[in-house]
Amino acid sequence: MIKVIVVGNGMVGYKFCEKFIAKSGQEEYQITVFGEEPRRAYDRVHLSEYFAGKSADDLSLSTSNWYEENNIILNTSELITDINRDQKTIHTHLEKTHTYDYLVLATGSAAFVPPIEGVDKEGVFVYRTIEDLDAIMAYAKKIKQNGATEAAVLGGGLLGLEAAKAVYDLGLNPHVVEFAPRLMPRQLDKGASDMLQSKIEELNISIHLNKSTQYIAGEDTITGMMFEGEKLLKVDMLVISAGIKPRDELGRVSGLEVGVRGGIVVNNKMQSSDPYIYAIGEVALYNHMIYGLVAPGYEMADVAAEQILKGAKTMRETIDMSTQLKLIGVEVASFGDPFIENEEVTAIVYENKFNGIYKRINVTKDGKTLLGGILVGDSSDYNALFQIYSNAMPLPKNPEDLILGSRGGETASFGSAMDLPDTAVICSCENVTKGAICCSIIDETCTTFGDVVKHTKATTGCGGCKPMVVDLVKETQKSLGKEVKDVICEHFAYNRQELYDIVKINKFTTHDEVLGVVGKGDGCEVCKPLVSSIFSSIYNDTANKHVTAQDSNDRFLANIQRNGTYSVVPRIAGGEITADKLIVIGEVAKEYNLYTKITGGQRIDLFGAQLNDLPKIWKTLIDNGFESGHAYGKSLRTVKSCVGNAWCRYGMDESAGFAIELENRYKGLRSPHKLKGGVSACIRECAEARGKDFGLIAVEGGWNLYICGNGGANPKHAVLLAEQIDRATCIKYLDRFLMFYIRTAGPLVRTSTWLEKLEGGLDYLKEVVIEDSLGIVEALETEMQGLVDTFECEWKQAIEDPEMMKRFSHFTNSDEADDNIVFVPLRDQKMPKSW
Amino acid sequence: MENILNQYQTVSQSEVKIWFKAGKTTDFPSNGGGCIKYKNKQIAIIKFDRRNEWYACQNLCPHKMEMVLSRGMIGSVDEIPKIACPMHKKTFSLVDGSNLNGDDLKIATYPVKIVEDEVFVGFLE
Repeated sequence: MIKVIVVGNGMVGYKFCEKFIAKSGQEEYQITVFGEEPRRAYDRVHLSEYFAGKSADDLSLSTSNWYEENNIILNTSELITDINRDQKTIHTHLEKTHTYDYLVLATGSAAFVPPIEGVDKEGVFVYRTIEDLDAIMAYAKKIKQNGATEAAVLGGGLLGLEAAKAVYDLGLNPHVVEFAPRLMPRQLDKGASDMLQSKIEELNISIHLNKSTQYIAGEDTITGMMFEGEKLLKVDMLVISAGIKPRDELGRVSGLEVGVRGGIVVNNKMQSSDPYIYAIGEVALYNHMIYGLVAPGYEMADVAAEQILKGAKTMRETIDMSTQLKLIGVEVASFGDPFIENEEVTAIVYENKFNGIYKRINVTKDGKTLLGGILVGDSSDYNALFQIYSNAMPLPKNPEDLILGSRGGETASFGSAMDLPDTAVICSCENVTKGAICCSIIDETCTTFGDVVKHTKATTGCGGCKPMVVDLVKETQKSLGKEVKDVICEHFAYNRQELYDIVKINKFTTHDEVLGVVGKGDGCEVCKPLVSSIFSSIYNDTANKHVTAQDSNDRFLANIQRNGTYSVVPRIAGGEITADKLIVIGEVAKEYNLYTKITGGQRIDLFGAQLNDLPKIWKTLIDNGFESGHAYGKSLRTVKSCVGNAWCRYGMDESAGFAIELENRYKGLRSPHKLKGGVSACIRECAEARGKDFGLIAVEGGWNLYICGNGGANPKHAVLLAEQIDRATCIKYLDRFLMFYIRTAGPLVRTSTWLEKLEGGLDYLKEVVIEDSLGIVEALETEMQGLVDTFECEWKQAIEDPEMMKRFSHFTNSDEADDNIVFVPLRDQKMPKSW
Repeated sequence: MENILNQYQTVSQSEVKIWFKAGKTTDFPSNGGGCIKYKNKQIAIIKFDRRNEWYACQNLCPHKMEMVLSRGMIGSVDEIPKIACPMHKKTFSLVDGSNLNGDDLKIATYPVKIVEDEVFVGFLE
């Protein structure tokens, strides 16, 4: 029985356990893990996603019973204070003693806090753990309430920029303060740093380079940072993210050899100066270096596990520091030696300030070998370049093709991922080769991308290699003669467009029927709503048909919200509403005690309605002239408008009336994704029409018609389809455009993404919609008119039919409401109790 | 929150002590679920017409502790009948309650029997 104690439960400590278990085979062992944080190991690389809404659980690397299942004892919130190397024991702060055969130190690193006067003041934080993030969030909230808005981040490296994004997400104005004359000084050259800086500054994040901080100003609480030269930067909060410092305390107290600037010295077996004690990850000083990346840490974990199990694997001599990431929305990558400059080397640089792109590759003078490079603004070439570099593959005749494309020449710079040698490492975090990925498919262990991920663990580290793995899976399957299609789900071997045609041609009317004839299995939450949406698009079936095949929101004609209650959104076309109708909404809200808010789309949202109250609420609304707002459907939501020339002194045309006309025309229209429109009466664009799936802006001589914009996670401005056209032409083009989109887009594909993928792009779309190059516009218009003519309010249908109403009781055997729901007060209204 | 979750423990057909009459077969929508109240429990009853099968499970989604599972969509994966929570689309096996998206949240399942046109769910107490 081997007793292994792992100190540290971070990414590398966890990886060690995983590797050890995988390799241990028949070996009897007991692993005990100590972590000083209160939770299971989590993904620190993606820590900033915690700010973007991910929970600690989402970031966790394992499930709670993983340790148990693998017979590992996990002790959280317990600190090791001492090691007795002679007796091979460790001592914890709870006064407990444990014996080991092998000790693995994976204590990682702490934030490096530079010795600046005043760093202990209130409002100064480090950026390292989930607890740090919680503290930063709480403090940001507090100071924001007092109107404070400025926050500095000390450090313009990788971590610093991550922290700046976090501060930005918290709604504060970040100032990045960097001692060096450029950003990410270890990865980027001056040109790349300049480009990154200008991209970041577009977001109103200020960059202060070449700044040496003398002291932190303020009494007990930070009020500013004093730079050399007596310049004061007023800030209300400071996050220090200036580098890392190995957590080598245990090594020091137990007399292990440590480096001058910290770190436990290890050999290529990851052994410290005591052969029974291993050090891995950011605490290990290997080749006089601390490696602050996850991939080398994982490799160290692998080596240590192998060594303890008497294997032969040792650490490589040179460790690759290549990295690719997205920082504050800007793609950045560097690989190999990004800076190398000498007589043997030529640097090829491409700089496009207009698009914010900087690319540099370092190539040997003879043009045969790629030594390294930097990409900012567009890192789509990274995977290819990295493979060429790490496999020393031959370069094209003109090496600049690697970053410029072949520009009409005959050979592409880099063909398919399949051209790589089998030994090429595709996933460097998990050390998975191209050979391993392809073999797993060829020998039929794996048939899908998901299988390959499970089997090889590729893409489970930083995820940067995902596009390449996807390519390899597809290409390998193709080479085996298998058809590779982007199908809906396991139940249908078709894409949405094909299924649309199949339903239409065969005149199918139920999901069961479609499944029985052209599908298999029982359907699922992906294909059922999709098929129902196709029925709606073809027959104008409302969501009251096939209720259990509708998406849950469509089934109950309302959006399910955080505590299982629903929101109610009546249609207010164009945002125009009378006082009487406002009073009706107010009275409904009052009667049912609903939380009320004006939406971003010019409507009134009523939240907190229980399932069994929905029909009564809607009955009142409908009796008073309201209709369903379809806020729950993948359908037309709103057409937003400004006030137009009826009231506005700048208005060029009547936007509100036009918006109402369009909203009423397309209301209830089911589509692959939700649709929004906007109509502005002048170029001041108060309706933000260019952020919508279709937008109209009144100009001298008519309307400009824009299409395929959206807000959301990837905002995109709409593009101009036609200029200075009259109302009737707008509607004609819109009918054609929307119907063409509904017919051809993939499931849940928004118009912007659809256009991006449309072969021929906007020019092609113009040919189809305006010039009728496919000869289908008449059919498109007729179909749309058919849908417009047969519109019915589905809420009206529902409340008038007792059979349809059955679905709105919470219990089938009782009239009671769900008693599990708890509300708490919120600014004179209410909200669900937090999760 | 733990307490509310702990009320739900899988019951196997052989252990059933009480067969509770949950309603008529027509009380439940075709290929979908309805929720019944039994003492302090909320149970989702699934009428899986396509397979001519019935299932029952807790109505509580263990992910965020909301009483919503019966409102989810049913289907299958690799032939396993499943239900998708309407909140975040976590899917659970209707046979053994396991989470088919791979983490550790499981749901409790209960036996169902149909006698003539009446639906019964099995409980221990």
